[in-house]
Amino acid sequence: MVKGVRFKELRDVGDPVELAAAYSDAGADELVFLDITATLEGRATLVELVGRIAERLAIPFTVGGGVRSVADAEELLDAGADKVAVNSAALERPALLAELAGRMGSQAVVVAIDAQAGRVRTRAGTAETQRTAVDWAREAVECGAGEVLLTSMDADGTRAGYDLELTGAVAAAVPVPVIASGGAGGAQHVAEALEVAQAALLASILHEDPARLASLRDELRAMGIEVRDVA
Amino acid sequence: MKVAICEYGAGNVRSVEVALRRLGMTLTGDVTSADLAVLPGVGSARSALAGLRESGHDAALRARIEAGQPVLGICLGLQIALEWSDEDGGVEGLGLLPGRTERLETGRIPRIGWAEVDGRGTFYFAHSYAASTPCATAWSEGVVAEVRSGSFVGCQFHPEKSGPEGARYLAAVLEEATSRSLA
Repeated sequence: MVKGVRFKELRDVGDPVELAAAYSDAGADELVFLDITATLEGRATLVELVGRIAERLAIPFTVGGGVRSVADAEELLDAGADKVAVNSAALERPALLAELAGRMGSQAVVVAIDAQAGRVRTRAGTAETQRTAVDWAREAVECGAGEVLLTSMDADGTRAGYDLELTGAVAAAVPVPVIASGGAGGAQHVAEALEVAQAALLASILHEDPARLASLRDELRAMGIEVRDVA
Repeated sequence: MKVAICEYGAGNVRSVEVALRRLGMTLTGDVTSADLAVLPGVGSARSALAGLRESGHDAALRARIEAGQPVLGICLGLQIALEWSDEDGGVEGLGLLPGRTERLETGRIPRIGWAEVDGRGTFYFAHSYAASTPCATAWSEGVVAEVRSGSFVGCQFHPEKSGPEGARYLAAVLEEATSRSLA
């Protein structure tokens, strides 16, 4: 498992199965697993690894990376994923979202959007597109995506806070839930993100210390944010 | 105790399997003789119902209900157990209990995330449709969260995805099924 800063400087942060189990135990509400170089390396996601992670979880599990067809997505669901995230392949062919939603229901279809300066980037952020994140989110949802996982490449790994402006703009443009991603440094950032989005994704700050999730939940609860009991 | 999961093609039945095995259940493919039959829920109503017809599980489930044998429907598994679903342009359900499935109208749809089920705890939901039925026994934010009718129990939330609270819910349903099959 790796994590970077602004999609670069990737460093190894440990075994994904162990980390996933630790997050689940520490009170994560959902796990998102992205094989970030799957598209670049022309690889289908690691189905077997997904299966091993699913064995350890009792929380929702979203998997993405290299999904190009309904068959790819079904393989992941069979392995134990609850939702499938698509990014590059949907940008190339938005009809894929409709095909996935028709087969799995849109609640199982997540469109993952990587944005830099408000514009969508593709292929793990390595290539630019002409679309704005707001326009693409709207189109993707019309095609069948039931959730938007919005990652700000500008904020990614910085721990300086989520990109609230972009997240708010996307959330206002679509009727489905939006997950804010990129930039979390502490509870205050998560609280801010939950003002504009329906969920907030954490990566960098947890990978070093999965137990941080438990204290983070306590801090959020103290701030008056509803946090479920995990005991 | 033997539990059968009624598979119908599309969808993640793996997490239901994992959750049941964690609770010490033995899984069987025999829907008719199992102590509990689980109708899992991912996918769309029309394809799920077609899959159930193809496998013959639809008739097996009706026979279970008539004989008072326990059936648990989860999410879509609850929705398609009703008489009618508005999903996919409208489709006839299994009719295991009265009621229909209607599209949600308020809030962000799909309704995805953890939500309180009145007085029962917090569970994970992921749905665009919900039951409208006289058999409702619990609600979450005004949405039917649980139904009961004869030997059928249905939950709109995913207990298999709802952490320790979900595991306790499943354990209680299994416990209830055991006492029924002994009775």
